[in-house]
Amino acid sequence: MTDRAVVVVRAGALTTVQDLGRTGYAHLGVPRSGALDPAAVRLVNRLVGNPETAAVLETTVDGCALRPRCAVTVAVGGAPCPVRVDGRPAAWGTAVRVPAGSVLDIGAATRGLRAYVAVGGGIDVEPVLGSRSTDLLSGLGPPPAAEETVLPLGPDTGTGTGTGTATAVRGSVDAPPWPGPPDELVLRVRLGPRDDWFTAAALRTLVARAYRVSSASNRIGLRLEGPALERSRHGEPASEGMVLGAVQVPPDGRPVVFLADHPTTGGYPVVGVVREVDLGAAAQAVPGTPVRFTPVR
Amino acid sequence: MSSTAPRALRVGERALLVELAGGEETEAFHAELLRRRAAGALPGVREIVPAARTVLLDGVADPDRLAAELSGWEVGPIPARVGGAIEIPVRYDGPDLAEVAALWGVSVEAAVRIHAAAEFRVAFCGFAPGFGYLTGLDERYGVPRRATPRTAVPAGSVALAGPYTGVYPRSSPGGWQLIGTTDVVLWDTGREPAALLTPGTRVRFTAEGATTGGGR
Repeated sequence: MTDRAVVVVRAGALTTVQDLGRTGYAHLGVPRSGALDPAAVRLVNRLVGNPETAAVLETTVDGCALRPRCAVTVAVGGAPCPVRVDGRPAAWGTAVRVPAGSVLDIGAATRGLRAYVAVGGGIDVEPVLGSRSTDLLSGLGPPPAAEETVLPLGPDTGTGTGTGTATAVRGSVDAPPWPGPPDELVLRVRLGPRDDWFTAAALRTLVARAYRVSSASNRIGLRLEGPALERSRHGEPASEGMVLGAVQVPPDGRPVVFLADHPTTGGYPVVGVVREVDLGAAAQAVPGTPVRFTPVR
Repeated sequence: MSSTAPRALRVGERALLVELAGGEETEAFHAELLRRRAAGALPGVREIVPAARTVLLDGVADPDRLAAELSGWEVGPIPARVGGAIEIPVRYDGPDLAEVAALWGVSVEAAVRIHAAAEFRVAFCGFAPGFGYLTGLDERYGVPRRATPRTAVPAGSVALAGPYTGVYPRSSPGGWQLIGTTDVVLWDTGREPAALLTPGTRVRFTAEGATTGGGR
């Protein structure tokens, strides 16, 4: 059914298809990938009546614009941003009905970085190894959206009423309060497995000093500016498996927190691992945001 | 157990990194983990990632308990492979072949014979989907990475770095020494399995169209 699709009118800085990721293939070198802010994905999917695992669009900084070929129910969440349907303001963070042929414009994030757009039925591109996510490290999944990209939709699960106007519709949950990204990013970190590669002073520095989010951050890692962490051992460890949230320290001493598209093995020591529930906020932290690591056991 | 008992390190909330004494021990321990998972003994574990001297387990419900248990495990032997090694035909025409031969102190023809005579094993994968780190060359044939990585290494390049041989599944930047080219497809998501090389796979490289008599 070719009319169950949305057409990208404005792709924005970086708009990708994402779901909850591609687990189970790390031993073949396949990154987990998936949305950087999975809580936002679960929420926007619930708002339009999709299963939490449905694929959505993840935008970066300046949103995107879409023209559905059929009437659809959409919900925009994650980073707060203006939402318009044919130029008229529409609600953020709740289900909205968009008529066929209208333009849904997701504007620039007013706070945070990444907005998520769920469409009723989900983005139904062909899954690769069990996921529809775009993996920017290894090039799996659909390429980032471009102007004129046609994104097929799955069968409508039908929470909308199809009135033909851009009206808010009631999803399976009401719009919940969402505090928005914090002014300071606090990342709870558990030291190890290679904390013994660093001096005691470096471990104190990690949890006592302030870092800032670098503009070189991307879906692979949150790069940080701040004091370098000094090694107590030299050379490089043999390549070993890496997890989401690993705080890897390359030779320049500035920590990198691994996000969804991180490599599955790596040869720089991992000083600690950030709690997974804290990584959604990390994905919304704009360059320059202060970062503090706080130790947990 | 013995002094070579595996050592498990905590990695965040739900993962363990198990350190082994060497490559053989890592292969045996990895095989043991796969047996135990197949028997349902590792519920929730979603990734088992072998590497040079470690195996990572991700998705472990109670890492401290598993860490305490596994040091006492009886690790079985490396399973015997049924059937032969995968054969990868190679044109030994890489731009770094002469340099590698010089590093080994042999002629180009001898370097090809040495590489094509070895039996390799995929120690682990990483870097890119379908990229295997293959061991099998004698220790004395280790080579350094190139001082300046190439910005684009063609897909199918057969390359050396450290103790490893690898084949680039797709074009990418890379710092390995390129010794040849193959037309074999390493990675194809339209195929089941997508990866030709998975940890433990045996591999032989055969010299294609050779006048050198490689691939005995």
